Amino acid sequence: MEATVTTATEEKVWGGGNEPLNASYGKMMMWFFIVSDALTFSGFLAAYGFSRFKFIESWPIADEVFTHFPFLHGVDAPMYYVALMTFILIFSSVTMVLAVDAGHQLKKTKVAWYMLLTIVGGIIFLGSQAWEWKNFIAGEYGALETRGGRILQFVDANTGKRVALHDFAIPTGASDQEMNVSGLSAKEEGGEAIYTIQDVVDGFSAHSNIVIRTETLNEEGHKTVLSRAESEDKIKSAVLVVEGANLERNEYGNRLFADFFFFITGFHGFHVFSGVAINVIIFFNVILGTYEKRKSYEMVEKVGLYWHFVDLVWVFVFTFFYLV
Amino acid sequence: MAHAHVSNVKRIWTVFVILSVVTIVEVALGIVRPEWSMAHIIGMKILNWIFIILTIVKAYYIAWAFMHLEGEKGAFRWSIVLPLLVLVPYLAFILLTEGSYVHDVLSDGFVSWDF
Repeated sequence: MEATVTTATEEKVWGGGNEPLNASYGKMMMWFFIVSDALTFSGFLAAYGFSRFKFIESWPIADEVFTHFPFLHGVDAPMYYVALMTFILIFSSVTMVLAVDAGHQLKKTKVAWYMLLTIVGGIIFLGSQAWEWKNFIAGEYGALETRGGRILQFVDANTGKRVALHDFAIPTGASDQEMNVSGLSAKEEGGEAIYTIQDVVDGFSAHSNIVIRTETLNEEGHKTVLSRAESEDKIKSAVLVVEGANLERNEYGNRLFADFFFFITGFHGFHVFSGVAINVIIFFNVILGTYEKRKSYEMVEKVGLYWHFVDLVWVFVFTFFYLV
Repeated sequence: MAHAHVSNVKRIWTVFVILSVVTIVEVALGIVRPEWSMAHIIGMKILNWIFIILTIVKAYYIAWAFMHLEGEKGAFRWSIVLPLLVLVPYLAFILLTEGSYVHDVLSDGFVSWDF
């Protein structure tokens, strides 16, 4: 590679300007960074695997958690949205590599356009992730938490479908649980009803078709649904109403599930954000003709490496968080 | 470098098609969850093994084609890939084994967690 920072002085071996392994200094350092960052992400995903194997019988099922798709309200769309996000990121990787390719041919306008498309792809991905977080934090059905920190969800015994708290709870108006899970009082959240344990228990008693679903997975990998009699017994152990998710508890099940979700997708999202920021800088350098003057677009190649790495990490996060 | 001035546009689009097809297959399998793939092999469902293998296939194409490892010198390529190929499965093996062990302690030991 024609170096950007080095001018070849072949005579002196120790005088600088050598390129071991045919890789320029900048490119090699970018690869070193990527290797170490890959190990960091491996650590996170392996820690996720540890917690998941620890609670293998009760881990939340991702298909049931991530079911939203824009403009499809109430439609059960597992995975489609994350799949779309994956496509967006893969496609922005393609435009990035096309920019690198155009850079090799010193086609300034083409590089600029492909860089711009890459940046747009990255921004769309970030927006998608924000939307995903919003849905995850807001929650959909609500649940109860027991003394032991287990989550109790509600299903309709006849249809087998999940039932949201607001579908059956009988609000008394007297809220003894002043804070909901997101730490905001009812009024701050716009007067939305927040149920007390008593509201939920009253509603549960009034609707004989509602039964409790525990965290425990049965042999077929579904959550265990209790009988009405077992449910009536189980609901006595509930101490807290949980709606949505935060770092302390979530309505989907194991507390660690939300922690890992926030931490891993958050850390990845921060990488995407950094990538977009760096791409913007390089994009302006391309437009200003910095690399045209150097007769080398290697900087585009280097940020390209980082951008592909972000895509690579997402491929693994997608598999281990959403698929497996 | 020799590859630097040859356009790889065709190769790029081929890889994009491969990555897309693999992703579609993954999502389809994830939604359908066919009965035959629910059997366990070496501690995991066949389906999960398929997902992991397909992910590694995707990672290979991203690293080799997009990150252009295939154009680097062999020594450089493997000094990047080998440490990850060795350390990551090693770490995963240890943590997953320990995770299973802690699970057994919780379920067989005198620890009550579901109350």
